[in-house]
Amino acid sequence: MLLIDLIRDELKLKGTKPGCLEGECGACTVLIDGTAVNSCLYLAINIHDKSITTVEGLTDGRTSLDEVQESMVNHGAVQCGFCTSGMVMAIKSFKDRCDSVNHVPDRDEIKKNLEGNICRCTGYVKIIDSAEALF
Amino acid sequence: MSYKIIGKPTPKLDAGDRVSGKSVYGHDIELPGMLHGAILRAKYPSAIIKSIDVSKAIKLIGVHCIITANDVDTENLSYRKDHPVLKKGEVNCIRDEIAAVAADTKKIAENALNLIEVDYEEKAGIFNPEEALKENAPRINQFSKGDNGNKNISESFHYEHGDLEVEKKKSAVTVTRRYTLPKVTHACMAPSNITADYSPINDVLTLYSSTQVPFLYQREISQVLKIDPSKIRVIQPIIGGGFGSKLDLHPFEPICALLSMKTGKPVQILFSREEEFHHSAIRQSMVIDLTTGADEQGNFTFRKATIIKDNGAYTSWGARTSFVMMQTFSSLYKVPACVYDAHAVYTNNVFAGSFRGFGNPQATFSLERNIDLMADELGMDKGEIRLINSNFPGEITGQGLEYKSCGLKPALEAVIKNSGYEAAKNGHGKSDRFKQGIGFASMLHVGGGAKIYPSDGCGTTLKMDPYGFLTILTGSSEIGQGSETVLAMMASEELGIPLDKIKVINSDTTIKPWDVGVHASRTSFVAGNSLLGAVKILKDKLAEKAAQLLNNEENDLLFQNGEIQSEKSGDSLKIDKVVRALHFKPPHELCEVSYFYEPSSKFQDKEFKGNVSGCYAFAAQAVEVEVDTLTGKVDVLNVHVGQDVGKVLNPMGIEGQIDGGVVMGMGYALSEEMIYEDGYLMNPTFHDYKLPTARDIPEIHFYPIETNEESGPFGAKGMAEAPLVPTPVAIANAVSNILGVEINSLPMTPEKVMRAIHDKKNGGEA
Repeated sequence: MLLIDLIRDELKLKGTKPGCLEGECGACTVLIDGTAVNSCLYLAINIHDKSITTVEGLTDGRTSLDEVQESMVNHGAVQCGFCTSGMVMAIKSFKDRCDSVNHVPDRDEIKKNLEGNICRCTGYVKIIDSAEALF
Repeated sequence: MSYKIIGKPTPKLDAGDRVSGKSVYGHDIELPGMLHGAILRAKYPSAIIKSIDVSKAIKLIGVHCIITANDVDTENLSYRKDHPVLKKGEVNCIRDEIAAVAADTKKIAENALNLIEVDYEEKAGIFNPEEALKENAPRINQFSKGDNGNKNISESFHYEHGDLEVEKKKSAVTVTRRYTLPKVTHACMAPSNITADYSPINDVLTLYSSTQVPFLYQREISQVLKIDPSKIRVIQPIIGGGFGSKLDLHPFEPICALLSMKTGKPVQILFSREEEFHHSAIRQSMVIDLTTGADEQGNFTFRKATIIKDNGAYTSWGARTSFVMMQTFSSLYKVPACVYDAHAVYTNNVFAGSFRGFGNPQATFSLERNIDLMADELGMDKGEIRLINSNFPGEITGQGLEYKSCGLKPALEAVIKNSGYEAAKNGHGKSDRFKQGIGFASMLHVGGGAKIYPSDGCGTTLKMDPYGFLTILTGSSEIGQGSETVLAMMASEELGIPLDKIKVINSDTTIKPWDVGVHASRTSFVAGNSLLGAVKILKDKLAEKAAQLLNNEENDLLFQNGEIQSEKSGDSLKIDKVVRALHFKPPHELCEVSYFYEPSSKFQDKEFKGNVSGCYAFAAQAVEVEVDTLTGKVDVLNVHVGQDVGKVLNPMGIEGQIDGGVVMGMGYALSEEMIYEDGYLMNPTFHDYKLPTARDIPEIHFYPIETNEESGPFGAKGMAEAPLVPTPVAIANAVSNILGVEINSLPMTPEKVMRAIHDKKNGGEA
């Protein structure tokens, strides 16, 4: 069983999206021990003893949106939204990684780190803007 | 005029649900007892089906139902009625649906497909429209009406205005070229999906569908399935990308309905990404032969265009792109004479569909390339030749399009000025290897809907509840473009209530008023005007009651801050109090109103003349690119977009459409192509079909031109297809200028650019 099937079909968490199921589009990105991973390329069994975060788990339930989500809303980074969960998770992972070493990335670095996530609506500009605003 | 919310950057109402994974797309629907459907497609692009044996498949445990053409009674799909739902006796492209299975799981359904035995007799297919047009070619589609005297033409269009021969004589320069445009696909992030739920108890068919045209869809599917349209309820879950791909009814949709009707259970069909590449709509390939002329001063004299489009095996709305392309040839820039012929030709390739721009990127590609070539021959500046021929406000074109507002000239001026074109005119670069330069292109598109159906209108019902919250029931559909938000902004502006007191309901044909669908960049304009019509009635109703309660005889009531206030006395009432006064005291009325808006556009006559849209959108782009002459790689550095949008309603939304359109145009220009060999698609993955990624993104500079279109809501006109249209040819013009070559086909892959460089060195043409 693939991790995405565990998440969507068994745990019924539908926020993780099946865009291609071949590791090309990034719509199914989740965090495994904090690292962004395509859940369509990951066997469910390998999740044992690891921590997994999906888009539904980004906030603790008391705050309504995580800063990454808030930034995407406020920058107009969402159109149809099918890539959005994956984008949120990819940006979250990148932001945490940069923060852990006190690194402030430039725009090119942000673009490079979003290369694995395809969006067909927005032309990426506002998604990149929303990520840039976090630093 | 200053507004409170119109013109202010406003996040989408639904963005919070999207970023937190709460939105329910078609893929997320699970109904009790739901089965999973799968479709068996043709093995060959052209073959006779000798037999189909489902006996092994039906015995598989978990299979509930298998259908073939013999098991169903259906009408053909498409406006030409040339497309059977399930194919019988023959297959004509690799998409052809032969059988469908409903089973307990998707896996079982797929296993059952493998057990269906089909005996074929393979035939030689025809994959080139030129071949299909030959007299001795076999008839490809047995339902073809044989337009224009040829059995393999689905539909031909002929248009002309002016005197071509007279204008030819005036021409100092004449340029003739052939342009070749590839097949590309929408690549919506959500693959195609449908869930059909037929109730045998009350004979109602509920379809959870991503259609862009729910009411036309309801009508067509009722014809196909031979059931009463009123027995069909279309519910649109959140749609993961449209771009025109969901304008046509596709066979998998009635197939899913049939599986549900046969089993009495809900059935869901989800495409894999590979199926999406193979079996969803595409932008059709075309060959355009174009001759254009200009006089010594550079004034355009005439255009003659002949277009052959690959219709594929069946007709889709894609054949009608001829209608939009015609407008570009007849009416983009002033031109005294135009002759235009377009033919949609059957082949054994996959059938087309409609795609953002609807033929316009192809038409504009050819025209704007020819303009650059004419400027070269005349020794004229490429900005100047466009400016002197620019359309103007008040113009009525040869085709009868009435440009009450027209911002083409200011759009051109904005991009010429801001792109630094003057400074960089002769091309420059960091080194001999990397060369930079600029290319221009303009475009014309409908901006106020397009009258191609008996009604091009949209209905709105407004409901204000006793707490002062407004529900907008609109016929229009949201496909990610932000229509819900822009409609709510308009209502907020007019009624003086905040956005968080407004809901938009737009996803159920049993509830929402009629609308022709989301296409032709029409929603802000048509649904916006419809909303404003309804708001006016609602305000009149509230104002009458408020005046009574305030003992105010003056006609001076303002709607602001959730209150209705007399300008003179300063007395005010909360809006919800007025609603309650209407409802709970005599006259005991609900605060509900409806309005239907039909644009002033007209059907064109038999010669395709007439004012087909409520208004027209114009744009110009200047694109700065860098070519690596060692590898042939083209980098887009800056895209300058001047666009007549009438009025910016939501800057955040409009910028999103501009960015998205430009980048989609870049993909078409540089990397996207569906590569077919003898009817088979060779690159059905994101790995081999290259979409732009975040790394490819240039700086996009947007200069809105506000012409305040008098027929538009707050002065706005349609804008969302436009940004895609000029980008590919502006890039091709830039690359051609930089290298001194001719790029007359797409995509401009590094291989193609290297070949152009190589051929130039050897004295040939690209």
